[in-house]
Amino acid sequence: MQSFQLQRPHTIDAAVAAASRGGTYIAGGSDLMQLIKDNVEAPDNLIDLEQLKLTGIRADANGLRLEAMARMSDVAAHPGVRQHFPVISEALLASASPQVRNMGTIGGNLLQRTRCGYFRDTGFDCNKRVPGSGCPAIGGENRMLAILGGSSHCIATNASDLAVALVALDATLELRGANRAQRTVKLRDFHRLPGTTPNIETVLAPGEMIEAVVVPATPAGPRSHYLKVRDRTSFEFALVSAAVALQVNNGTIEDVRVAAGGVGTKPWHLPEVEAALRNKAPTQQHLREAAEQAGQGAQPASQNAFKLILLRRTVLRALQTAAA
Amino acid sequence: MGIIGEPLDRVDGRLKVTGGARYAGEFRVPGMVHATLVQSTIAAGAIAEFDLNAARAMQGVLEIITPDNALKLSTKGGGPQTVKAPLLQDRAIHYNGQHIAIVVADTLDQALAAAARVRVRYHATEPATEMDAVLDRAYPPKQFRNGARPPDSHRGDAAAAFVQGAVKVDATYITPMEHHNPMEPHATIARWDGERLIVWTSTQGISPAQTTLATLFGLDKKQVHVVCPFVGGGFGCKGSTWPPVTLTAMAAKIVQRPVKLVLTRAQMFTSNGYRPRTIQKLKFAADANGRLTSMRHDGFSQMSQPVLGEFSEPVALSTEMLYACDNVSISHRIVPMNTGLPTYMRAPGEASGNFALESAIDELAVALKLDPLEFRLRNYAEQDPHENKPFASKVLRACYQQGSAMFGWARRQPEPRSMRNRSMLVGWGMATGTYPTNQQPAHVRVRIGSDHTIILQSGTQDLGTGTYTVMAQVAAETLSVPFASVRFELGDSRFPPAPVSGGSCTAASVGSAVRAACEAARDRVFDLARRDAQLGWHNLPSSALRMENGDVVGPNARIALAELVRRSGEDAVETTAGAALDDAAKHFSRHAFGAQFAEVQVDPDLGTIRVTRWVGAFDGGRVLNAKTAHSQLIGGITFGIGMALLEETHLDRRSGRIVNANVAEYLLPVNADIPDIRAILVPNDERNSNPLGVKGIGELPMVGVAAAIANAVYHATGKRVRKVPIRIEDVLT
Repeated sequence: MQSFQLQRPHTIDAAVAAASRGGTYIAGGSDLMQLIKDNVEAPDNLIDLEQLKLTGIRADANGLRLEAMARMSDVAAHPGVRQHFPVISEALLASASPQVRNMGTIGGNLLQRTRCGYFRDTGFDCNKRVPGSGCPAIGGENRMLAILGGSSHCIATNASDLAVALVALDATLELRGANRAQRTVKLRDFHRLPGTTPNIETVLAPGEMIEAVVVPATPAGPRSHYLKVRDRTSFEFALVSAAVALQVNNGTIEDVRVAAGGVGTKPWHLPEVEAALRNKAPTQQHLREAAEQAGQGAQPASQNAFKLILLRRTVLRALQTAAA
Repeated sequence: MGIIGEPLDRVDGRLKVTGGARYAGEFRVPGMVHATLVQSTIAAGAIAEFDLNAARAMQGVLEIITPDNALKLSTKGGGPQTVKAPLLQDRAIHYNGQHIAIVVADTLDQALAAAARVRVRYHATEPATEMDAVLDRAYPPKQFRNGARPPDSHRGDAAAAFVQGAVKVDATYITPMEHHNPMEPHATIARWDGERLIVWTSTQGISPAQTTLATLFGLDKKQVHVVCPFVGGGFGCKGSTWPPVTLTAMAAKIVQRPVKLVLTRAQMFTSNGYRPRTIQKLKFAADANGRLTSMRHDGFSQMSQPVLGEFSEPVALSTEMLYACDNVSISHRIVPMNTGLPTYMRAPGEASGNFALESAIDELAVALKLDPLEFRLRNYAEQDPHENKPFASKVLRACYQQGSAMFGWARRQPEPRSMRNRSMLVGWGMATGTYPTNQQPAHVRVRIGSDHTIILQSGTQDLGTGTYTVMAQVAAETLSVPFASVRFELGDSRFPPAPVSGGSCTAASVGSAVRAACEAARDRVFDLARRDAQLGWHNLPSSALRMENGDVVGPNARIALAELVRRSGEDAVETTAGAALDDAAKHFSRHAFGAQFAEVQVDPDLGTIRVTRWVGAFDGGRVLNAKTAHSQLIGGITFGIGMALLEETHLDRRSGRIVNANVAEYLLPVNADIPDIRAILVPNDERNSNPLGVKGIGELPMVGVAAAIANAVYHATGKRVRKVPIRIEDVLT
């Protein structure tokens, strides 16, 4: 662990300005502090976002807006979130432990780094940590790694549960950049596939920060569900997870949202499953046929071929639960 | 009835929950500086060169010790368990994560920062990191069970009997590399006062630590003082004196300051042993009546390079004695790899071997279409078939009866996949457990003060199991004094010596010594009483006197102990005595037993396996404290559930480096994984195992857990999984 300077700006503009000069944001710190202690990250300047008071939570029939520094535990317990977007609350409650959720923030959660053990140990080569050094994970201990979206450079899995729920709901991120620049980006477009540059994980520009997450109103929101499958009953990252939301009208699925976690190098949207269900009756057969569409193009590694089967089963179970 | 066995709260409970219990790394030593280890990133070869310039230039750095400037340590002596390396004595690399340097700085932060700047260039050679690929290098252990047992044994003709068998199992079972991961990491503070060394260290054995350090630094034992009042869990990884202890003392000598070294969680995976991976080949046969006719159990266990020491997981010893069978053949082999030195981990050999043994027994029962419990009863060993001795006691039949009754085993439908809870597959499995009763020589000092205090001292350890409490109970009952007047002190090498707290031997060993010392002290007290001028007991034999609630009672008079001591003109009566395994006990085969009953529920689509009910019934001999004993039982079962379903250290097969050296990815059970556990202590008020009748229950309760779960998973799913941990993909169909 290297020593660093800590800045505690009171405005977003000051924070962005500091970051544009080469600082690293720290929110709850539950991931970054680990990475610093393990020498995976060695920032010279940390910019603590605590003083920005960016903790607002709004959730109702008109949609949802979560400010970046809202705590995972607060969002999970928020009555509006639970009523209108249960998939978000469930994804958060399936994440980490109560202690971590009390510290972890919405923005930080979306930017958490992969759990790939090769990335988190500087004793290994890793293209994500040291571009061009190689990837021993692909031919190594790869059970937990991705079957979708990988490249010959990296198959590290995105570890966020929240992001899976938000990708299903087609969330948008409000970003703030230098010189008061504001822009929005779809969460589905926010994380990048590793390709030849697994070290570049998002479309964030240098110094740019997440100000808020916005989910548009959707009638499918209240009938949404998050299912997380893992070896340990709690406090573990997903082996496979599924976020689903359904709107059923007069026996027909009018809107459906499906995404998966634990299988992709980014939170994995499953439009093929959605397409197979839209305007269909939510029968067991339709749900089953749609779930079988999940994971097309999967490229498993030596230890994780079962994830494709498990993905389809998990999607099906989540759909069944939401449809019931 | 006395106070032995009473479910008393542990005497150190309040200290622990208020943070008042001071663990090794929490002592404040004036002038103390901090050290951290640098570890290799290759598994085999040698260090070509260090580049220490950047690290040495860092603020606060006092010294960087490498093989080039390390103190040369003496290699004279050392017991069979000695960990011989890595002690920075040469540049050779034997495993990935091996200590290669120690950085000492004014603060911990400075040490850590500098350690990250140490650069090393290696001459790498091809490591042996895949056990299956180097099985042909297996060889018999040279110091099996520290030389106490042969690695192979045979009775009858297992091969011929196998051929004749009516039903057979011929299968290979695998248990993984596992790490102990106690809550408290290894921590050591070392200070030299001239040629005297004091270390505060978290250890399961202060006496061996004292001996090892004295040997390595060429000192007399009296020059080494080891202090360890509390241990935050050991499970075997604090049984040996591992190199970080020695390296801390070395660093303190070099920088001439007290030095503190606390391992990081990641370093806990490369510094203090692990349960080695095992490959176990079993060939069992039974006749048509369900009698075992042949048992062959060949165990291969992962080992380090021999230069580090030797450890062999003794997987097949239970197979020798658990069932009545005329033809038994066992063997143990070790497979040298470029990994660290393995070591004892809770029920070493018994837990891992039992998984194979009791899985194979279940497979035979299935083949015979016999209830698994009935099959075990048909092969019940009334005496130890290997030693040809009677058991000191064995109430395993009662364990089976009481456990199965509480579990409702009779309602089990034998067909796999036949029991359901809504959509979930329900499986019921069981297994027998056994663990040897170990006893080592131990010594205790008793001091009966004129100030109404009774202090006992022994150089033993309390791993969190309740040693402080149960030893005070044994003393209070033996002396017939109020429990509150007794204080048991431990964890200091200046106290009379006691063995390593391993092999579940502390209760039997130190308990027997407490009893012997208290009896000797009582005799001294009776002598005082007879000499007392006022009591008029001069001509009485000791048998005319007795102790009662802190008083000496004789004809027509009684006197408080403290008063008697005061009247003798002394501050205290002090007695030291010891105990060892007595000859009477040697006529018996001494084992604890248990019967484990598990219910699992398996999601037929998702493959998730959850343990939903547990009943364990145990023959632990006489119980010293029902509450701490119960805690041991449920803790051991929990440990076993981790072994069955979660725990596994992942080794990168190319580099031999551990990939999940943290407790996020090395999975230990959390509360949500553990069901309501019913643990029954079957009464067994025996006195054959030792005068206290104690068998030791630290390790017993985890034996059989993994097999019971594997057998339950088979019953739930119809899939026989012959390796642990059993994972989702193993049952996903």
